[in-house]
Amino acid sequence: MRSTRRTLLAACVAVGTLASLTACGGGGSGSSGSSGKSATYTFWDPYPQFDASSDWGKRVAQCGTEAGVKLKRTGYDTTDLGNKALLAAQQGNAPDVMLVDNPVVSTLVEAGILTKTSELGLDTSSIQKNIIGAGTLDGTSYGVPIGANTLALYYNKEVLSAAGVDPASIKDWASLTGALKKVKAAGKKGITFSAIGTEEGSFQFLPWFWGAGADLTELNSAKGVAALSLWKQWVDEGYAPKDVLQNTQTTSWQEFATGDYAFGENGTWQLGNAEKAGFEYGIINIPARNGGSAPVPTGGEFVTVPVQQDTSRYEVSKKIVTCLTSDKNLLPTDTTLMYVAPTTAVQKEQVKANPKLKPWVEAVASARGRTSGGLGTKYPTISQQMWTAVQAALSGGKSPQAALDEAQTAAGKG
Amino acid sequence: MTIARVDRPKRSPAVSGTGTADRRDAPSRRRRRRSQLTALAFVAPLVAYLAAFYVYPLYRNLDLSLRNYTVRSFVAGDAPFSGWDNFSQVLNDPTFGPALRNTMVFTFVSIAFQYAAGLALAVFFNRHFRLAATLRALFLIPWLLPLIVSASTWSWMLNSESGVVNYALHVFGVSPVDWLTSPHWALTSVIIANIWIGIPFNLVILYSGLQNIPAELYEAAALDGASGWQQFRRITFPLLRPVSAITLLLGLVYTLKVFDLIWIMTKGGPGDSSSTLATWSYQLGFGTLLPKFGPGAAVGNILILIALVFGLLYIRVQRRQEA
Repeated sequence: MRSTRRTLLAACVAVGTLASLTACGGGGSGSSGSSGKSATYTFWDPYPQFDASSDWGKRVAQCGTEAGVKLKRTGYDTTDLGNKALLAAQQGNAPDVMLVDNPVVSTLVEAGILTKTSELGLDTSSIQKNIIGAGTLDGTSYGVPIGANTLALYYNKEVLSAAGVDPASIKDWASLTGALKKVKAAGKKGITFSAIGTEEGSFQFLPWFWGAGADLTELNSAKGVAALSLWKQWVDEGYAPKDVLQNTQTTSWQEFATGDYAFGENGTWQLGNAEKAGFEYGIINIPARNGGSAPVPTGGEFVTVPVQQDTSRYEVSKKIVTCLTSDKNLLPTDTTLMYVAPTTAVQKEQVKANPKLKPWVEAVASARGRTSGGLGTKYPTISQQMWTAVQAALSGGKSPQAALDEAQTAAGKG
Repeated sequence: MTIARVDRPKRSPAVSGTGTADRRDAPSRRRRRRSQLTALAFVAPLVAYLAAFYVYPLYRNLDLSLRNYTVRSFVAGDAPFSGWDNFSQVLNDPTFGPALRNTMVFTFVSIAFQYAAGLALAVFFNRHFRLAATLRALFLIPWLLPLIVSASTWSWMLNSESGVVNYALHVFGVSPVDWLTSPHWALTSVIIANIWIGIPFNLVILYSGLQNIPAELYEAAALDGASGWQQFRRITFPLLRPVSAITLLLGLVYTLKVFDLIWIMTKGGPGDSSSTLATWSYQLGFGTLLPKFGPGAAVGNILILIALVFGLLYIRVQRRQEA
């Protein structure tokens, strides 16, 4: 008898604890959604590598303080951030300010969760048109770029001089392939890049695709096939290693950093590592098929303000965005991130401080947004088909023409 | 011998125990009601837990797969009901055939090798030689390692440029194999890694099953002059059947849903040569900049359905064995 009562009590306590736990959970999410009066603002970015004590962490906190609020910063993995934002918006607790990778902007706009910069009254006139273009849909911009990065070819001076190649002679695809041939004949490895089956693979393929004069709306044009055939030729001839299919841009850099490779296609963000690589390096712009620099895709993040139910929060959010993208703050931010600033004024200061950035500033000036040109949310589908085609062709599963034909059919279906 | 069989007889004494309390009418009824309440209170946390963590997610997944979700309607929550559209879209996708075939090959080849190797090792370790316990513990290592560690390690070992496997092949004069970058080898490579990871699981369960086979049987068989192979075929294998069945079923469910290993090693590539239903589902839902939640959830549901079919098959086989 007594034991039953005791068990009943224990069970009730157990149920009670469970119920109160869920109640707590509910209350917690509710309060974060309606924290209009408490002066805590939330901020998401894709830089989990920087903690609160880093320069970037301090700058974010400082901008919050200047706006008169406490800014709570959370860093997510880049690939995770877009979906996290969609889920948060669905639950009605999107962050107040969010830094997202530029091709994600169009997806978030499509979801209707970003405010227009004009609505917030942000001034974006000083920002280079091609950089803000990645966050512009139908003539309306939805975010302010914090900086831009892009791709170029790093080369290893020792390997090139040993093979008797003058980097200045590389003007087009033919001269580049010729150089790779010489390097291979000299017993070194040619070029490494990333052709992995993710967005990174498409990002790395685009300079060649655009450099051939191809257009993303027609993947299987003769020009597109020429770009893919160039990569395939390199892999088949052994100028590029077969594991480019698995390479992320980071592992591709690690290959280049071994010192065995003549060229590595990589981004602005590797400059710091290039200094530490232990060999002399140089940078050339990626050549277009028939000479000149190929258009490269812009990388880098946009500061965006997700839609809030409580519109009075925008005023503070605007102050935070203005603070983060002010010329004064862009310089240290872009130096930390190894980005090229989105405004000409800050770019000049950057080059003054570090002349090595000059080719990158030029590359960014001729860069294109992946979602620009009216592509918007069509880009993710096209991009997925493009990297699939690259993988299929380089692995020897299909010919470049067949792979791109299939990609075009699939991309056309949406 | 199996879990299901053990707890069935146990339950009946408990019921008859409360039955003996029915001596005096009025107090006993009150007591019975109270004990019913107690029972309910005990069940409630479990029901709440099951509802929150099993029923609701399953319902949401089904709901996702039956509606036409775009990113906009996902956020707004007003996606129109689209019936089987997502399913027919998925079934007609050129990726579906290869993904289904890869899933089946991956699952059955993995399980066959895992089970065979696990059984062989279990029988081997059942001989209780010196260091058997130590060796057995060493075999557990693949199981103890986080998947991301073992998958990354396999990925390095099988790298076509600098992998240790190709180096070993080179030492023996065999030309290098593009383990992860050739459409012909990618699936084989992930299967090899998965077999390595799955052996300890089979070893442990089958070994514990072997402990339950009475030693007298082997003694009797030895007296009758049965050879080692005959002992295995006539005693070990038949008596191990129930344990084998549960091992195979668990292995099956576990292998059908393997995602992280393949994703880390090949991302389902090159092309879709090593993509399974699990990786394809992830690819659809989270692998691109523009998530396709509906078709992704549909593929997930197909996967659940396949696992369910095998689960029912298992129950059926088990019932026939009991009868």
